[in-house]
Amino acid sequence: MQTTSFQRYRAKKKAMRAHTWAEMKKHKTLYLFMLPFVLVFATFTLAPVIMSLGLSFTYFNVLEAPRFIGFQNYLNLFLSDDIFLIALRNTLILAVITGPVGYICAFLFAWFINELPRFIRAFVTLVFYAPTIAGAAFLVWAIIFMGDANGYLNAILINFGIINEPNLWLTDKDYMMPVIIVVVLWMSLGAGFLAFIAGLSTIDETLYEAGLVDGVKNRWQELWFITLPNMQGMLMFGAVMAIMASFAVGEVTQNLAGFPSTDYEVHTIVNHLVDYGAIRFEMGYASAIATILFLTMIYTKVLVGKFINSIGR
Amino acid sequence: MVKAISQGNVAARKRNKSSRALRKPNRSLGGDIFIWVILAFFGAFFAFPLVFAINNAFKPLDEIFIVPPNLWVINPTMGNLQDLFIIMSRSWVTFTRYIFNTIFITAAGTVGHLFVASLGAYAVSKYVFPGSKFFFGLVITTLMFNGYVMQIPNFLILAQLNWIDTYWAVVIPAFGMPLGFFLLKQFMDTVPMSLIESAKIDGAGEWLIYSRIVMPLVKPALLTAMIFSVQALWNNPQSLLIYTEQLKTLPLAITQIIGSPHSPNVARAGVNAAGILIMMLVPITLFVFAQSNILKTMASSGIKE
Repeated sequence: MQTTSFQRYRAKKKAMRAHTWAEMKKHKTLYLFMLPFVLVFATFTLAPVIMSLGLSFTYFNVLEAPRFIGFQNYLNLFLSDDIFLIALRNTLILAVITGPVGYICAFLFAWFINELPRFIRAFVTLVFYAPTIAGAAFLVWAIIFMGDANGYLNAILINFGIINEPNLWLTDKDYMMPVIIVVVLWMSLGAGFLAFIAGLSTIDETLYEAGLVDGVKNRWQELWFITLPNMQGMLMFGAVMAIMASFAVGEVTQNLAGFPSTDYEVHTIVNHLVDYGAIRFEMGYASAIATILFLTMIYTKVLVGKFINSIGR
Repeated sequence: MVKAISQGNVAARKRNKSSRALRKPNRSLGGDIFIWVILAFFGAFFAFPLVFAINNAFKPLDEIFIVPPNLWVINPTMGNLQDLFIIMSRSWVTFTRYIFNTIFITAAGTVGHLFVASLGAYAVSKYVFPGSKFFFGLVITTLMFNGYVMQIPNFLILAQLNWIDTYWAVVIPAFGMPLGFFLLKQFMDTVPMSLIESAKIDGAGEWLIYSRIVMPLVKPALLTAMIFSVQALWNNPQSLLIYTEQLKTLPLAITQIIGSPHSPNVARAGVNAAGILIMMLVPITLFVFAQSNILKTMASSGIKE
């Protein structure tokens, strides 16, 4: 009895394999089409991630060949690297605040913009999206938050008599984190914002008419019961983009608060990674940092995906 | 088929017109005012630093350091931009060389990206074959990777290939950008399969269908992928990968001049402002010209789980 079922299983498996092979042969032109992209993608996107995973179990200083040391890098990170724990905490604070807030703001702004008269939409979209793509423009915040009376914010506050002497916005521990959060939020709307704008404008008008007949009273109900459930794809895309941006804060802290920042107050995982990778050349250790960052992002994506799938139900 | 699509557009436009004329009954005036106020407030927050940056670039030095600082420029000058060009032309590498490098890297990277990504996207979008779904899932996951995670291994790989300090170190990896592939694939999903099947009955091969039928129909997505690719290449100076001055791009050269705000160079404050202006103006201008096409493309960007 057992053998026959096993034989049947084997035969089935074999047939399936033959079928797959036939399918592959049938579509060989398509594999040819895919080949160039797969090659480049595998070499410069996939291979680095796999290498990073592998190197994270080694000691590697670029000059000598990597030496396998098991989980030592990870143990060191969590047990003896105080600065990593600070960086982890800061990154999580930044991600937990700028991720959801930025994401919800991006959606609310997109939704509000969609309620505006048509002629002004394109302009308002540009105003909100420009900081995301303006690259080096965030350096202007360094002038706004400059620590002396030349700084724009200090000058205004002194003028109005709110403070008597300039605040060291970018080097005083009390102010650094909030300042960085403001700047990150400012440049964080991202591609998700555009997806929301586009998605909102393509929802079938008849759905709203039907909703009206069914007794939808105001725009909030319309949003929750009709708009959101019809945009789950866009919401997921926006979430992926938001997760990427909110965990990758590093350039902003490095350029505004310095490297390292006062008492590592806004030191992020990316800063820590750059420190070990590009300055100390401890590639194995840096790879372990990168792997932790990567796993955190994947896990967050799974959680967010579950939440988005439950909207409107 | 084409006729049917254009008729659909006309109908959609008519519907939009009627909905604009009629005020939606479930909208309150208070809500409208609330929306305008919120958008005006946050719009000011988003626009302020950019307005500040633009004004700063045209301020003479004494106005940059005025206390209290002024948002608007009083006596606009082109001096800062001129100084920037003078500093850059004083380098032993000529200005035109930077421009050439920028155009070459951006053009080669973008053209290659569009070709390679659209070919692959066509296969994955229009057919189901062993491995296609798995590969697309992989691409979606990698949308989340950021350059930092891959920086170190990427450097090692490029060093193995002997591409460090050549144009290829920046150009070839740009071919495989996941975002462009993703957007092209999603947009190609909206091209009806019947169009492709009827072309097949007429005897067209895959290449002909791809190049003559699908590519012209996905122009908005191609343009969007192009803009994102140009922006990525512009905003990513890659100073690790190219360090010979003769091979550097304009953004990289400007970034070197701007320097860090933590080693403020008082004499160069004006030049910095001019550099920041140029760095931000290029991507914003590109976006303005392509905005409607980009939004058309993003309308199909949804991810189904």
